[in-house]
Amino acid sequence: MSILHTVNKSTYERDTLEACVRLAAKGGSVLLIEDGVYSAMSGGNKSSVIENAKGDLSFYVLGPDIKARGLSEDRLIDGIKVIDYKGFVELTVSNDTVSAWL
Amino acid sequence: MSDAKKFMYINRKAPYGTIYAWESLEVVLIGAAFDQEVSLAFVDDGVYQLMKGQDTSEVGIKNFSPTYSALGDYDVNKIYIEKESLEARGLTLDDLQHLVWEDEDEDWAEKDSIRVVTSAELAELFDTQDIVLSF
Repeated sequence: MSILHTVNKSTYERDTLEACVRLAAKGGSVLLIEDGVYSAMSGGNKSSVIENAKGDLSFYVLGPDIKARGLSEDRLIDGIKVIDYKGFVELTVSNDTVSAWL
Repeated sequence: MSDAKKFMYINRKAPYGTIYAWESLEVVLIGAAFDQEVSLAFVDDGVYQLMKGQDTSEVGIKNFSPTYSALGDYDVNKIYIEKESLEARGLTLDDLQHLVWEDEDEDWAEKDSIRVVTSAELAELFDTQDIVLSF
């Protein structure tokens, strides 16, 4: 079974992403939305959460949310794919279920 | 000095995900109308509030980040950013808006409002306040 995990909290404020990564089965997808997009930035002391997990999980970030927050696509951790709302819908239908981590 | 009190507003939340950042800014602007000594501190995810280049056109939320540049006109010109919070997030001062104010006593010379301070320096500043409000 494939699961799309969504995370909407900053990893600098909550441990939501860490819990998601710990409990997501290999091969799953993680989409960072809302304040979750801060976790996708390279160069921070929590960037390792995704760096360490990206071999087992596919990471996506919602483009409109990084734009809203003034973040640059150039500074995302390597391997994270930027998607738009259409891509969000496609990920939702291509996975068996969606798990929203709060 | 009259009965002006020293107000410190602590901002610890990222913008947009919750309403705290916007609420804080509104309270600061309201408070500024009462001639108090106001300073703002941005710590933890609060430093994200001042990121340059915010564009909320695709998320259907008001972009309130341009409002920070109006603070100087309200004599809110002591804006402290915690160094440790910036560094933890891989950010530098260049990632933030350049906020300035005009000094009436020096022929309206434009001066920087933002000061990057260490946690220890911020702790000392907190200690001198009459009122601390946390958002």
